[in-house]
Amino acid sequence: MSEVGKRHVVDSRGSFCPGPITDLFKAYRAANIGDEIELLATDPAAKSDVEAWAARSGNQLAEVTQEKDYLRLVVKVTKKGR
Amino acid sequence: MATVLAQKEKVGQVEAAQHKFCIILSKGSLDMAYPAFMLANTAATMGSEVHVFFTFWGLNVINREKVGSLKIEPVGNPGLPMPNILGMLPGMTAMATRMMRGRIEKIKMPTIPEMIKTAKELGVKLHACSTTMELQGVTKENLVAEIDDVVGAATFLQISEGGQTLFI
Repeated sequence: MSEVGKRHVVDSRGSFCPGPITDLFKAYRAANIGDEIELLATDPAAKSDVEAWAARSGNQLAEVTQEKDYLRLVVKVTKKGR
Repeated sequence: MATVLAQKEKVGQVEAAQHKFCIILSKGSLDMAYPAFMLANTAATMGSEVHVFFTFWGLNVINREKVGSLKIEPVGNPGLPMPNILGMLPGMTAMATRMMRGRIEKIKMPTIPEMIKTAKELGVKLHACSTTMELQGVTKENLVAEIDDVVGAATFLQISEGGQTLFI
């Protein structure tokens, strides 16, 4: 577990673009700076999409782990927009 | 050097904050409505200001009586795995549509009405074209509740100025 902030787990497994990014964004809107969002996804586009989303929104993709049949992406909330 | 970097970062942030993405949706079939909403909704999650302008057959996508029954047209659609001449046969549009809807359901893609709802939640602005409404005899009451306003081309051009615009 992380020391700072809360960890929100978002399960987008089985959903395709733009599902995972939309789910991530909804969690992001509810999160605070310092929180982490753990996104679970099976969409093959999820990694590059989350990378692009993080770069654009000023947040940080802290961790990418390939699990057996899904991807675990941890985003650190470092900036809050609208 | 540090100042230059700081400035560059600042410019980047300003650009991100002001980024605008606009779509003119002029087609009313399933295979046109999906890409439009996928891009619009994704752009909104990335912090862009997003506008969709529904004109000509695109208006069907926000017509509450038609949005639930958008179709795939096999004629003039070389992407479908059937010869065009077969697409002209009666019932082929219904068949192609049924096949596509089956696949959409199978991979649990949201429906178009669901994507419109999400668009609204994400702050996407939806504009209906006034001329097309007149042309089709459609009033605001015929449109889905998520529509923000009814505008003309001049308004849309003004709204989209300085942004990225796609015509679908």
